[in-house]
Amino acid sequence: MSEMRRVTAICNGTVVDHIPAGKALQVMQMLRVDIGRSNPISLVMNVPSGKAGRKDVLKIEDRELTQEELDRLALIAPNASVAIIRNYSVAEKRQIELGSELVNIARCSFWNCITQNSREPLPHKLRVISADPLDLRCSYCGRSQSIEELAESIL
Amino acid sequence: MAALGFVGGQGMSDLITMDDLTNDEILEILDAAERLLPVANGDVYAPLLQGKVLGNLFFENSTRTRMSFESAMKRLGGEVVNLSSVGSSVAKGETLYDTMQMVDGYSDIAVIRHPRQGAAQYSADAIGIPVLNAGDGAGNHPTQTMLDLFTIRQAHGSLEGLNVVLVGDLRYGRTTHSLSHALVRFGAKLTLVSPESLRMPTEIVGDLQSHGSDVVESENLAGAIADADVIYMTRIQKERFPDEDEYAKVAGIYKMTADDLAVAKAGMIVMHPLPRVDEIDPSVDSTQHARYFQQAFNGVPTRMALLCRSLGVEVPEEVGE
Repeated sequence: MSEMRRVTAICNGTVVDHIPAGKALQVMQMLRVDIGRSNPISLVMNVPSGKAGRKDVLKIEDRELTQEELDRLALIAPNASVAIIRNYSVAEKRQIELGSELVNIARCSFWNCITQNSREPLPHKLRVISADPLDLRCSYCGRSQSIEELAESIL
Repeated sequence: MAALGFVGGQGMSDLITMDDLTNDEILEILDAAERLLPVANGDVYAPLLQGKVLGNLFFENSTRTRMSFESAMKRLGGEVVNLSSVGSSVAKGETLYDTMQMVDGYSDIAVIRHPRQGAAQYSADAIGIPVLNAGDGAGNHPTQTMLDLFTIRQAHGSLEGLNVVLVGDLRYGRTTHSLSHALVRFGAKLTLVSPESLRMPTEIVGDLQSHGSDVVESENLAGAIADADVIYMTRIQKERFPDEDEYAKVAGIYKMTADDLAVAKAGMIVMHPLPRVDEIDPSVDSTQHARYFQQAFNGVPTRMALLCRSLGVEVPEEVGE
């Protein structure tokens, strides 16, 4: 595949493929792979893709992302495909699952929601009303969420 | 005991939005409220909630809601402990979560009004005792909706298929948000009258239309009076505006007088959650249409029924016997 010529195969870790073009940096932010860790990370953006025209790909070495971490991607890359790599081979393929509620993934974007007080300890919860088109509402205040705004409110 | 929805063991339920109640449950609660009218009037003493303590938590101003909950609890033989944000630890920066832990220990049921939207659901998640939402920001006010439905049924004998006109601040007005959701479930035709800047939020209008309801949006109150069964006036709420200039543009935009009602149906009722400012002229008070003071009183029997339901206490068919 064309992106494989740009970035070498990894020995162990996680490959997140078919990320919507231009979203890889947000994906890194959502997976919290860009802070406080020293794993090598390869990132390619806007490479040709048969499925979507263009896509981004993220390769994270020496770290296997958990299902819980991957499900965070449902907000911006619900159709991304994930492979866990062990000894240069695909050991597991994982699907991103939206579920019925997103817990502690993003903060409600409504300015007057009770959860805007950062000292309140209960988890941030967004209820999935519809998966396609994606319609999320805060489980506390009930407000519909703009997906673009939520991407800015990732926890 | 004869059939009622609220039997022991089924209780301990929260009321955060009207979605927490089925249509049958709404009607059962209204029936129970009707049986409790003589208790609400003070004609009959029925200590159904003796030994129970209500935590009345008002983080925002209230006259009717707070007093009617207190009256409801006391007339049923229960006790009330009050908290307001002024003079409590809330003013010192205590989180809602921590405050609610105290309430959980001091009372059997909590009523909460809070300026932040979602505060009632948050409280219900934070503690084990039942929580009744008495208004959360511009969100929901389901106990107001229940007393509104009680008042409408009292006047029209049924909730089915009425032509209801909601007027004023439909953007920030939580009473109209909760009421409109409930009314469409009973097949109401809604006319939403507001200035452009205070229209009902589009997600709520979408929800109402998804019930198959006939929803019309308009800026013209006069044109909606003749066909109405209910006209529900609301105050333009200065305190909800982020910007004072925006408030000034729409303050005083709707003013109903007795003369305006000459074209109304004989049985049409004018309601208002109160307080009013100038949207209903006092000349309307003496017309056959005025129902807002009766509506305010109806908060007592309705909230009695809601307290009983949430505490799992059955309201007998013959109260006080």
